Amino acid sequence: MLKDITIGQYFPGNSAVHKLDARFKLLITAIFIIMLFSAETFPAMCVPLLFFLIAFAASKLSLRLIVKSMKPIIPIIIITSVLNIFFIDGVTVADIFGKVRITDLGLRTSGFMIIRLIALICGSSLLTYTTSPIVLTDAIEQILKPLEKFRFPAHELAMMMTIALRFIPTLIEETDKIMSAQKARGADLDSGTLLERAKALVPILIPLFVSSFRRAEELALAMECRCYNGGEGRTKLKTLVSGGKDYVALCLAILFLCAVLLINIGKVNF
Amino acid sequence: MTIIKTEDLTYTYSIGTPFEKTAVDHVSLEINEGDMVGIIGHTGSGKSTLIQHFNGLIKPTHGKVFIDGQDIYEKGVKMRDIRFKVGLVFQYPEYQIFEETVYKDVSFGPKNMGLSEKEIDERVRETCSLLGLPDELLERSPFELSGGQKRRVAIAGVMAMRPKVLILDEPTAGLDPKGREMVFSQIKEYHHRSGSTVLLVSHSMEDVAHFAEMILVMNHGKVFCYDTPPNVFKHADEISKIGLSVPQVTKIFSILRSKGIDIREDVYTVDFALKTIKEYMEGQ
Repeated sequence: MLKDITIGQYFPGNSAVHKLDARFKLLITAIFIIMLFSAETFPAMCVPLLFFLIAFAASKLSLRLIVKSMKPIIPIIIITSVLNIFFIDGVTVADIFGKVRITDLGLRTSGFMIIRLIALICGSSLLTYTTSPIVLTDAIEQILKPLEKFRFPAHELAMMMTIALRFIPTLIEETDKIMSAQKARGADLDSGTLLERAKALVPILIPLFVSSFRRAEELALAMECRCYNGGEGRTKLKTLVSGGKDYVALCLAILFLCAVLLINIGKVNF
Repeated sequence: MTIIKTEDLTYTYSIGTPFEKTAVDHVSLEINEGDMVGIIGHTGSGKSTLIQHFNGLIKPTHGKVFIDGQDIYEKGVKMRDIRFKVGLVFQYPEYQIFEETVYKDVSFGPKNMGLSEKEIDERVRETCSLLGLPDELLERSPFELSGGQKRRVAIAGVMAMRPKVLILDEPTAGLDPKGREMVFSQIKEYHHRSGSTVLLVSHSMEDVAHFAEMILVMNHGKVFCYDTPPNVFKHADEISKIGLSVPQVTKIFSILRSKGIDIREDVYTVDFALKTIKEYMEGQ
């Protein structure tokens, strides 16, 4: 179960997408998200989808990976789409016992919501699958750097993210271990009522918290021992370099965004 | 009588990915009831994976495991009952402690077994006293204790279930020599008193040589040998070859033999070494 978590996973590769500068990749992902949410009609929605397909093809990742990343959000998709179907007013399409109405607008909004959510997850998974977490946080730090003039803690934020990402696999492994240990003492994790199951989690959560605090303390100490004192004056072993291909990719993304906006203006009423 | 039996037991990690690895490779084994068994092998030799099969935490890729004659992966077998029969103490078990008091934590296992209040109380107190945890400690928070005490609380948590088989994975890892000595002698005492089967995983031959009645040497997921200590240490050279160190006295005796001195080869404790040397000198 725990091994299915794909958040923050990175699959090293040599594709065009892998080689892009992480800062540009972040910007392009942001543009992709703007595209998704500014598209008002179905033809306009096809543009970001097409953009995603191009990026996906260039990344040479397997389709299975992308599908796998969808797994955890399926319940969210179902809940939001169902809520949208039932609670948005419009012309009634179907009546259920005269109480619940399904409207055309409801169906449309819910359809949009499903496409947007799926594309959102796929797009951001593509980013994390092709960019190592360290490089990604580096890029975030660089993008946010100008804000440091306004006392925005860009370096601290990036460091926090790096550490958080770094410890995801460690914590998963630890959870697995503690679960096994409590199961060996006869803990029953898989049966019982909801309340009983929630209670059964206590013997797992407490040791997990304890060890997280211990790890945090050890890490802080280790960092201090190596004279870490924040981002000021700190240099990087690997600096991010941007080249022509990065600008080409960025221009392409902006072009697609313009296309979305144009289709929106030309054909507002779908 | 056989208490643990494996038939062609095989376990492969991450099948179908580039990380695929066979940790336990066609292991067929029989362990007799009441034995004190030392399991030895390198990091990654499959010993930890092997023992997790004995209480049903890992499902084998292939092969069978019998506990007390019962195939534990057969349909309809309640895994919890198997886990009460085969107690497993993991490496660094103090990380599993979660209750507010030592008493409550040790009683977690027995409580899960559905024992009566009185029975639980009796078991907790007996186990704690066996492990050198005095009564006044029982109402303290386990998180305030020293590392060695925490370790013993965690071991007590499994021992208090009084399993027929007790398995300990490196119970002394990270303890100082004094703490190690203590834990070893307490485990020995437990074995002696309860008469139950004890399996102890270690990577130190020195430790195992002192108490084990049988030694299981694992290498690359396979059983390298399973025999009594004298028979195992007869093969001191082969054991050294697979990268495991033999006790220092055994090494000395092996060097003596290579120098042409005709002396026995199955020496693995200092006391016995002394006796052997005395006999040899008298013989001269």
